[in-house]
Amino acid sequence: MISFLLNNEITHIDQTKADLTLLEYLRDQQKLTGTKEGCASGDCGACTVVLAEVVNHGKNTNDSLEYRAINSCVTFLSALHGKQLISVEHLSEQKKLHPVQQSLVEHHGSQCGFCTPGFIMSMFALYQSPTQPDREGVIQALSGNLCRCTGYRPIIDATLKVCENKITDKFQKVEPETIKQLKDINKQNISTSNLLVPTSREELASAKATYPDANVFAGSTDLALQVTQQLKTFEKLIALGAIPELNELTESEHGLLIGAALPLGKLESSLLKHFPQLSELLWRFAATPIRNQASLGGNVANASPIGDMPPALLALNAIIHIDDGQQKRTIPANEFFLDYRKTALKASQWIESIFIPYTSPNDFVRAYKVSKRYEDDISAVCAVFNAQIIDGKVQSINSGFGGVAAIPATVSALNTALLGKTWSSKESFEIGNEILKQAFSPLDDVRASKNYRVAMLCNLWKRFWLETNQSTQKIETRIVHIPSVTEEVPHA
Amino acid sequence: MRKLIEQPGFDSANQGAAGKSHKHESAARQVSGQARYVDDMPEAANLHHVAVGVSPVTSGTITAIDLSQVKSSPGVIDVITVDDIPGHKDIGPVFPGDPLLANTEVLYHSQPIFAVLASNVTLARQAVLKAKVDIADTQACLSVDQAKTQDNFVRPPHFMHSGDFEKSYQQSPIQIEGEMLIGGQEHMYLEGQVSMAIPEEEDRMLVYTSSQHPSEVQKLIAEVLDIKLHKVVVDMRRMGGGFGGKETQAAQWACIAAIFASRNKVAVKLRLPRMLDMMATGKRHPFENRFKVATDNQGLIQATHVEINGNCGHSPDLSDAIVDRAMFHADNGYFLADSYIEGHRCRTNQVSHTAYRGFGGPQGMIVAEAMMDAIARKLGKDPLAVRKLNLYGKDNRNTTQYGMQVEHNLLADLIDKLEVSCDYQLRRTQIAEFNKNSSVIKKGLSLTPVKFGISFTAKHLNQAGALLHIYTDGSMQINHGGTEMGQGLHTKIGQIVANEFGVPLSHVEVTATRTDKVPNTSPTAASSGTDLNGKAAQNACLAIKHRLAEFYAEQLQGDPKQVVFTEQNVVLGDAKIAFAELIQQAYMNRISLSATGFYKTPKIHYDRNTGKGRPFFYFAYGASCSEVSIDTLTGEYKVDRVDILHDVGKSLNPALDIGQIEGGFIQGMGWLTTEELLWDDTGKLTSNNPATYKIPAIGDTPEIFNVDLYPRANDEDSIYHSKAVGEPPFMLANSVWCALKDAISSITDYQIDPVLHPPATPEKVYNAIEQAQTWLEKQS
Repeated sequence: MISFLLNNEITHIDQTKADLTLLEYLRDQQKLTGTKEGCASGDCGACTVVLAEVVNHGKNTNDSLEYRAINSCVTFLSALHGKQLISVEHLSEQKKLHPVQQSLVEHHGSQCGFCTPGFIMSMFALYQSPTQPDREGVIQALSGNLCRCTGYRPIIDATLKVCENKITDKFQKVEPETIKQLKDINKQNISTSNLLVPTSREELASAKATYPDANVFAGSTDLALQVTQQLKTFEKLIALGAIPELNELTESEHGLLIGAALPLGKLESSLLKHFPQLSELLWRFAATPIRNQASLGGNVANASPIGDMPPALLALNAIIHIDDGQQKRTIPANEFFLDYRKTALKASQWIESIFIPYTSPNDFVRAYKVSKRYEDDISAVCAVFNAQIIDGKVQSINSGFGGVAAIPATVSALNTALLGKTWSSKESFEIGNEILKQAFSPLDDVRASKNYRVAMLCNLWKRFWLETNQSTQKIETRIVHIPSVTEEVPHA
Repeated sequence: MRKLIEQPGFDSANQGAAGKSHKHESAARQVSGQARYVDDMPEAANLHHVAVGVSPVTSGTITAIDLSQVKSSPGVIDVITVDDIPGHKDIGPVFPGDPLLANTEVLYHSQPIFAVLASNVTLARQAVLKAKVDIADTQACLSVDQAKTQDNFVRPPHFMHSGDFEKSYQQSPIQIEGEMLIGGQEHMYLEGQVSMAIPEEEDRMLVYTSSQHPSEVQKLIAEVLDIKLHKVVVDMRRMGGGFGGKETQAAQWACIAAIFASRNKVAVKLRLPRMLDMMATGKRHPFENRFKVATDNQGLIQATHVEINGNCGHSPDLSDAIVDRAMFHADNGYFLADSYIEGHRCRTNQVSHTAYRGFGGPQGMIVAEAMMDAIARKLGKDPLAVRKLNLYGKDNRNTTQYGMQVEHNLLADLIDKLEVSCDYQLRRTQIAEFNKNSSVIKKGLSLTPVKFGISFTAKHLNQAGALLHIYTDGSMQINHGGTEMGQGLHTKIGQIVANEFGVPLSHVEVTATRTDKVPNTSPTAASSGTDLNGKAAQNACLAIKHRLAEFYAEQLQGDPKQVVFTEQNVVLGDAKIAFAELIQQAYMNRISLSATGFYKTPKIHYDRNTGKGRPFFYFAYGASCSEVSIDTLTGEYKVDRVDILHDVGKSLNPALDIGQIEGGFIQGMGWLTTEELLWDDTGKLTSNNPATYKIPAIGDTPEIFNVDLYPRANDEDSIYHSKAVGEPPFMLANSVWCALKDAISSITDYQIDPVLHPPATPEKVYNAIEQAQTWLEKQS
């Protein structure tokens, strides 16, 4: 039985279609029509709702609620268990608008109003976060919400303003009660007859054995598209959100061990603490509401050639941890992707976690993405480089590329050809340039032409070389503000 | 950064309801999820849902349709094809050519062929997939070039002549030619197309639809059902965005819903899924335009020839007027001297392209800006200097290519003011310096004007009606022919009515647009909503005010002309009475408290035979200055700063007007930058969802975005001397495109004018950068 707070009502669902989306549940079953359908594909944000969840940031700290905006159109109901689902109707008190609503009204931030409830929910989630955002933070928080009318300026102003002076709102006033209500929800026996929610690896193995055709999912941001866009019906689905091993994050001595089902939003801070160079890639990975659902494991298991994390995992020599309920094993990332949407994973297996080893001070990492739009777009080309330079000489060059082949791919020739070369010499740049010119035969498609993709491979290599050389690193190569990477570039 | 200029001094009672930045009338309901759109309305118990089956090919002949498996699919109630349409089978808005459901010919990819009614929306959509339709492919026409070669046009061409172009061109020392391939644009209203039809007694029909043109939906439903118009009521409270995409494009879905409702006597809803909405409805026209311009040695235009080719898709729809408007705006704010403008309406096997904010104006105007840049690079001048040189003159050089004298021209002063307030000259110097020292990142700057003609060019559409009721407590309802799509029309109309009676805005309710309240309305389009309906509403107010004034003056034996409505009172000399009290008395004395108002725009005329006339009541002006940075490694760019000075006459509501300016600018920027429509070789749209078609997101809004209103009343007698604001700001974004070219040109020390066909995606910018770098290498 899936149990949650629907706004402030404890709600139980013991029968549901496995593939019912949260948006359908709200609009069709609950008649809560404030939440809108704009695209049913997680691209516009009109359907944004907020999930509040009890978190505890360590021993001797109090439980608190964490609020995350998600796209209800690509969410299945298992995501609700143990959480508070907040929809736009619940924000105001009697006729008194919530501060974020009031601020948007005062800044003339709604015109046609159709995107507005979604914006309100993203603003609301930001309002509940402990930090006071700057303009960049506001843009990040609202990056998954499209508005066609206003040009966004009043929405940015309204959000900045309301977050300047937060007051205790009705949610904070009842937070202890909400936490108690949520903690009282049973963490076992979540499954319904069609939507299975195993709570251990054994249960998962058994569910997979019983329903070998049932898809497993973590965030559902990709799987749900088959329902909403291709009109597929899934009789049975298996959710990975309640299995402890798949939802833990461990900062070990040698690297980060990331549970496969953990949403990217929850691993952002740890990942960026250890790999600050991934900030642009992570920041441009879809948009906040998608990152609040989508998992790293899903991004890997899908093996999409345009997924943005696999190139980083390739370049960082990540290890994929695999389980089938009986035997665990590991596969290096560069052996995991076999062919278009085909991986080394067997039908009975799943990804348990992904290990990313820390880099050393001699490792120079850059992750680049080129797309038509900065926020919420899919890579035309994604390139991640990881060069180990000692005493000015190349020790190794690991790389990962997206958007240029049928799978996320690495170019080992870079490593072979540049080994021992002086990194700062023009020759090093030229060698890599020639290799990358020939390395792939990308497609012409709606995102970019083949020629442009090849040119980008070379030019991103050039940018990497310019940025990691002392003589050229002063050259401005970026037009967008990327949180600064503090590292010393190698001396010649 | 931005100022809201409160503008005092209205003609009627000066109660402040007009001219102030009142909130959008629905704002509080929008932010709390209470504002209802068609899909949110309470559903009738027997509501059924429609899905539409469309053609998987672009051009062909239907040889067989087998819908048996569709009919037997779970939940299916009814299935229709063209043969099941009781009345008209064509829903072309002006000219025929738009089949409601395909006859035997398939004219474009995703053309509706049949429709399914089922008990829920998923079952209806799943049933559609079970159809077997055999279509024999025929040769598709997929480009403007092909259409021109084949003499394939949806309407005859149109021409405008002024002076002897050939002679002046040949005699001029500077001659420049250019070509522009201009992309179209998906409307991407956040609320997709949706209609709900409810059958009423006998053959009567009530339809809720997200449409900018309820009267046309009413007419077309009556025609397809083969009933008279008076049996159909169309109700439209609000749209979740329109932008022109719901002017003619809403009707098809409303008609299909109505046919099912009529056949099955059940309530029916039809809501298009996003991808189908993007594939099956018309877009902004792509254009392929060419120009030849000649100047003297200073860059002053002597002769201009512009050839305008609109890609209209498969049918006329509104393309005649759209290509005309492109022709009317090929000058933007510049005197074209001896000119020859030709406009062709090319037929292709694409969805029929349609109205979109600017209505062809942007695709004409961008040519004028391209000419200015080309002249400037050729002569080594700053483009702004060339623009200023070529502006329409006050006493001479002031007649357009269609013979209209440009009166009350604000551009010269407006540009001067913006040039100073945005520090154009200083930044021009700084940017040149920056570019010298920056090898990878380059900056660009551009200041471009807008002059946009206000009025429907189809003269008969320039009329409007309103219906005003005052109730016995003094509160009132106003209904008018305009529709609310977010622009704040209802707010402005409410302000006008409140202002006329000297009552607070809260006493006035603007009600849903309904064809049984105000008949025979024009579409809410051409930026005309407030101009037309505001005057009509005012006239309705004046009718009741006259009655009340006479009634009150009679009591006091005074002069009705001296009666003033102010601060919730009615005043005559020293006497005054509370407004609500006078209303009570009027009711008791059997004075009618309901009135209609009507308005038609004066002064306008145009002769298509001569290509001369005054098609526009007035012009709206504006100018913008954009600064961009481009990354020469990737072609990616960022708009760093935008300054806008725009003319809305005497603003009815500065906040709403600024909202239109900012929103229009960003939408125009999207058209010119990231919004790329792509069709594959078979004619299928591949940028067919928001994952592949990229409208500006929140991070694309420039961090510095200064918008000011130019403080001057409209010289023409418009409502309170305000000006229309819906479309003109869209074209302020031309400065972004020109700034991108400026940044690229800097690579060559401003010696070449790079080819950069809009939309300037990062890839296209990158290609233009390569072109500039190649040119530079050849020089050394």
